[in-house]
Amino acid sequence: MTISAKFNALILTVLTVLVAGFTYANHHEAGHEMTEEHHEVDATHGEAKEFKVDEMIMHHIKDAHEWHLWGGEHDGTSIYLPIIILDEGLKMFSSKHFYHGETKTAVDHATHEELHYIAGVGPAEGYAMFHEKIYKLENGELAFEDGHAHGERVTDFSITKNVAALFLSALVVMLLMFSTAKYYKKNGAVAPRGLAKFTEPIILFVRDDIAKANIDEHKYKKYVPYLLTIFFFIWISNLLGLIPILGSNLTGNISVTLFLAVCTLLVTVFSGNKAYWGHIFWMPGVPVPMKIFMMPIELIGVLTKPFALMIRLFANITAGHIIILALISIIFINKNIAWGALSVPMALFISVLELLVAFLQAYLFAMLSALFIGAAVEEHHH
Amino acid sequence: MDLVLPDFGLLFWTGLVFVILLFLLTKFAWKPILGMVNAREEKISEALAQAERTKEEMKALQAQNENLLKEARAERDAMIKDAKETASSMVEEAKSKAKEEAEKLLVSARETINAEKAAAITELKTQVAAISLEIAEKVVRGELSSDDKQTALAQKLAEDINLN
Repeated sequence: MTISAKFNALILTVLTVLVAGFTYANHHEAGHEMTEEHHEVDATHGEAKEFKVDEMIMHHIKDAHEWHLWGGEHDGTSIYLPIIILDEGLKMFSSKHFYHGETKTAVDHATHEELHYIAGVGPAEGYAMFHEKIYKLENGELAFEDGHAHGERVTDFSITKNVAALFLSALVVMLLMFSTAKYYKKNGAVAPRGLAKFTEPIILFVRDDIAKANIDEHKYKKYVPYLLTIFFFIWISNLLGLIPILGSNLTGNISVTLFLAVCTLLVTVFSGNKAYWGHIFWMPGVPVPMKIFMMPIELIGVLTKPFALMIRLFANITAGHIIILALISIIFINKNIAWGALSVPMALFISVLELLVAFLQAYLFAMLSALFIGAAVEEHHH
Repeated sequence: MDLVLPDFGLLFWTGLVFVILLFLLTKFAWKPILGMVNAREEKISEALAQAERTKEEMKALQAQNENLLKEARAERDAMIKDAKETASSMVEEAKSKAKEEAEKLLVSARETINAEKAAAITELKTQVAAISLEIAEKVVRGELSSDDKQTALAQKLAEDINLN
């Protein structure tokens, strides 16, 4: 038992060192790319621009249409993901036509500041990309006001980095669970071994300590598949997001957490029984004016619960990514590798912490979802 | 700001992937896994109940055995007691018989002795009488060897007779 524990700890340490190392390498490149880019851009001004830590971090936690692996922007290696846009029919082409497109300069109408955007070439002709958003070009130009592009947005169904990461997460979860299911199909109702030995306790944890503990004993079974899916999807996505190069800030993206929170909201709303709605619209046991006063508050409460779920997951995962990126950036801000002695151990510490947060946030999301569902289906006895 | 604004494309893909994931996992993973786990749990609880039942049965059997043993022991004790009684009564009987026999023997011995004694006395008497006769003959012969003596004797005898 101690040997395996020690072994696990060793593996964990090695992994985290690798994580930190890769993150370092990644951001070294990123930083390099940034400075180079700005150097190029600001060459006209005749002075080199500083490494902008906020821009670098924002660039890394946001979605992108390419999967940047390593190297600079023009000589580096990226996987160009497919762009799918809905504009007078479905159009599909590689994002290469943007990233290897034409860099254009526009003057902001309000601030008179110079801004740079990319005009697509080839099949992307007529479209422009600014901060990973695709606009329609008007007379071959994109107008700006207060730093925001004023062009017509096109409906973008592109397989972005996060969408690719989403597919990967779903694939990993399916692989994990189908293998587990296969074990039981093959061996029948026996004690778990191998992969099932790892997954079964977690599945049972979700079933017993999340679903059964919060939802009525006779009703919890219906919700176990949903809670299991949400738990494993979030957990695996969180973990995959921590892997440098391979990872994407998927669960730290508001669109993803919004959808998951809406799922919990819908499940809660459609599971709500008479007593639940009664407590919301006509609170029993309080005077009538109070009942009227409570109604909007309770109604808002229905929405704030999943809203908190959405913000919690998004903020926790994004914050984790920001902290690690910021710590690594110390080196580039000071332009001295010696700062690595400070920033790498700190990034390592946060990375280990993020492994815990990855599990904790998945647990919290599933737990609170179960709690809300449990409140909606609870039988009230007065 | 666009960090906290949802993107329609990603929202669409998330929804699609999540719904498919939920469907596939429920059908091909959660149901078989939880089904098997439930079956196993039932199997285990059944096995436990079975064990409990067996234990109860064992207990009953043991109690039965104990009873049997007790009975057997009691029977044995009774038998031993019986045997002891029989033995002691036999000994007692033998003793009394022996005593009786001995007494009988004693009595008969005594009778024999008495009879012998009586016979011996009789014989002795006869002998004494014979000897006495002989002695008397000899004495008489001596006494009667002379007339004087005969007269003296006659006289004496006559005196004795008188005295009687």
